[in-house]
Amino acid sequence: MPNAIELKGITKRFPGVLANDNVNLTVAEGEIHAVCGENGAGKSTLMKILYGMQPADEGTMELFGEEKTFASPNEAIDAGIGMVHQHFMLANQLTVLENVILGAEPTKPGGLIDFVEASAHLEEVGKAYGLTVDSSDLVEMLEVGERQRVEIIKVLFRGAKILIFDEPTAVLVPQEVEELFRNMRELKANGATIIFIDHKLEEVLEIADTITVLRQGRTVATVKPDDVSASDLAELMVGSELPKPQLSESKALETVGLSLHEVTVLDEDNRPIVDNVSLSVRCGEILGIAGVEGNGQHELVGAILGTQSVDSGEVALMGDNISSQSVRKRRENGLGYIPQDRQEEGLLLTAPLWENAALGHQTAKPFSKGWRQWFIDRVGSRTQTERIREEYDVRTPNIEVSAHALSGGNQQKLIVGREMVSQPSVLVASHPTRGIDVGAQASVWGQIREARSQGLATLLISADLDELIGLSDSIVVMFRGQIVAQLDPSEITPRTLGAYMTGAAMEEAENE
Amino acid sequence: MNKGTLRRVALALAAPIAAVVFATVASSIFLIIAGSNPFSAYGDMFEYGSRLEIQVDILNRATPLYISGVAAAIGFRMNLFNIGVEGQYRLAAIVAAYVGASVSLPAFLHVALILFVAMLVGGAYAGVAGVLKVTRGVNEVISTIMLNAIAISGLIAWLVREWQAGGSVDAKGANLGVGTEPIEESGLIPNINSWLELFTREIGKGKELTGVLLVAIAVGVLYHIILNRTRFGFDLRASGINPFAARAGGVNDKRMVLGAMVLSGVVAGLVGMAEIAKLGRFSPNFVGNLGFAGIAVALLGRNHPGGIAIGALLFAFLDTASGVLQVTGSASREIVFIMQGIILLAAVIAYEVVQRYRIREEARLASTLLSGDQE
Repeated sequence: MPNAIELKGITKRFPGVLANDNVNLTVAEGEIHAVCGENGAGKSTLMKILYGMQPADEGTMELFGEEKTFASPNEAIDAGIGMVHQHFMLANQLTVLENVILGAEPTKPGGLIDFVEASAHLEEVGKAYGLTVDSSDLVEMLEVGERQRVEIIKVLFRGAKILIFDEPTAVLVPQEVEELFRNMRELKANGATIIFIDHKLEEVLEIADTITVLRQGRTVATVKPDDVSASDLAELMVGSELPKPQLSESKALETVGLSLHEVTVLDEDNRPIVDNVSLSVRCGEILGIAGVEGNGQHELVGAILGTQSVDSGEVALMGDNISSQSVRKRRENGLGYIPQDRQEEGLLLTAPLWENAALGHQTAKPFSKGWRQWFIDRVGSRTQTERIREEYDVRTPNIEVSAHALSGGNQQKLIVGREMVSQPSVLVASHPTRGIDVGAQASVWGQIREARSQGLATLLISADLDELIGLSDSIVVMFRGQIVAQLDPSEITPRTLGAYMTGAAMEEAENE
Repeated sequence: MNKGTLRRVALALAAPIAAVVFATVASSIFLIIAGSNPFSAYGDMFEYGSRLEIQVDILNRATPLYISGVAAAIGFRMNLFNIGVEGQYRLAAIVAAYVGASVSLPAFLHVALILFVAMLVGGAYAGVAGVLKVTRGVNEVISTIMLNAIAISGLIAWLVREWQAGGSVDAKGANLGVGTEPIEESGLIPNINSWLELFTREIGKGKELTGVLLVAIAVGVLYHIILNRTRFGFDLRASGINPFAARAGGVNDKRMVLGAMVLSGVVAGLVGMAEIAKLGRFSPNFVGNLGFAGIAVALLGRNHPGGIAIGALLFAFLDTASGVLQVTGSASREIVFIMQGIILLAAVIAYEVVQRYRIREEARLASTLLSGDQE
């Protein structure tokens, strides 16, 4: 019997990045095949290639023994591949039936939608795969798990035989995960083939028939769940060697720069995204937060900065409770911030560099002047921006160009410069070197180290282990909104770090 | 002037010039289709527009258009679409006319009071839309459209009757008809004919250049200073460009939405002042549609104080000069509305094209610099 999918030697390059490097993936018909790896391991790129959203640069793809290439997702759908997206793509004000047929409406002569036919087909599909949902319900009335079922039915309705689930459990609570797994087994029993992307290892081990691990764009291993433990998988994901800590002797002072006490942030459904987090960063110390993205890091940063409302707990800056302060007050009190997405949260792309340099510091000298700092100091701002440009090596023709003219690395250097130049007492740096070239990266790391030696308390959130281990005095791991471990960077092993990041460590602890 | 500055100026002028040229060509085609000679039509308009008295008319028309354009532009700078200028200025005008008519004050104070009331009412009425947006997330486009309806066909229609002047004739014996009590002479902003006459001959035909022109100039200067020189303006523009970055930079987005909306309304409140100064009261034939025209003028002027002035003068010229077409019979005056529409469309497109070119150009410049460094 030919395999459902056979990808051979898939390579995909983006400017400066090798996203997929000779990846092989073989999925047998009727199995649940998990693909796991860290963020940036190349899972998404591989799935986009399979689903026709991007072409591969090299490599071949076979479906049920036939060689195929897809120019668009429509061709992939016609060939029987369906994608269940992580974030639901449903219109809340439409019924389940209307959502399912949206974009694939059966029509009667004259262009009218044939709801009778649609409804019959929906029922047929539901029965064939053991998925039940009331087709006349409005989607907005449904629970999260039910919405996901609608997404699955939507894909099946279009005749998919191979289903790709993109991190389907990210939005679910444990009971809903159970329900999803029941549905997946039902699908499998009825002949569907499933590719399941995830990095929560306990889930992978529970549901998958075969597991393929990707790391840094390469296929590292393909294993059977019975042959491996969660820790083995974690090690495969993280790699067998970790970078060495590169810090000089810790110079941390006794003063605590930033401290969080039992901070909890709830989402719209009252589920904790940040769950009772307490931590403290001393002056002259860098505390790294490790964790797979989407485990509450972003909301934690928001809670510190003041852009995210906190449901309970306390944030203190240099010993003062700042929980009820505005973002501006916190910034004025010495909180520096390097956002994870410089274009989204850091810059005014169409404004000149000197205005960008003032952003976040516009209430302080030298950026503003006059009574209560009400006026922008155009001369002072420009002088300060020139200083940032020189000291932080921002390469630009002049400081009047708009921020979008700069390369990513130079944009980042500008942001780092503007935060450092104001000499904050606490810095929250979220993925400070993401997507920038090696030279700029080294320069940003140098700046952060330099500031540490001058007594800055830094909270570093990063997915880059080189950065995390290379810079941090201490590392905590975040998983599902909680701090699950505190580790010493010099003693850290891939196995322990991977185990905590993927929840495998907790799983094993529970099993013992 | 160095090469870079020259280039920037050329780029800035490219879009409006291209738009006007395109609009002229396109309008000519319409004129030809309609059986008119475009050259004689344009010729008539320019000849007419070159007369001093007509230029006074143009300035009088441009004055409220400019203020209205600035009101819309304040919203635009923050990505807010204040369609409510129309309702705000009319409501402000009737309340200001009523308050102005019910007091007796020395000239300066009287005028100041009327302007203050107008700004207060305009700001407060726009503030309603701001509060709705900040507290309930109501889209300002929808709320301001609704508030227009409430103001124009509701509140004003009611207030006009409520505040109907008692006497049927005014001090000069002219018939009053429907409308508020006339404001005493001290409350009316005087004309500034003498100022203009310093540069040219005496203005004839009883034409008066509105003194509100000075208010419009002050509004333009303040707009420039507040937007570009104050922290409030910086915060406002930052929120308009990137609300997320502004928030992370300590800008209170809700306060800015409310602030921008109220400020826009305050300026909108002044739109009707030229008409008040002319009529001395509020009456049902008070000039309308200035709020909507202001949106067009702001778009044309790219929200820039100078640009809005040019846009307002251009639209005022077209509005005013169109009158001659009927007299000379060289074309139908409605061609002017077509021209205004085409100019606006062409300007919006041309600005976008130039903007994209500029972005690419800057990026190219920055990257050549980079590669130059590495060599």
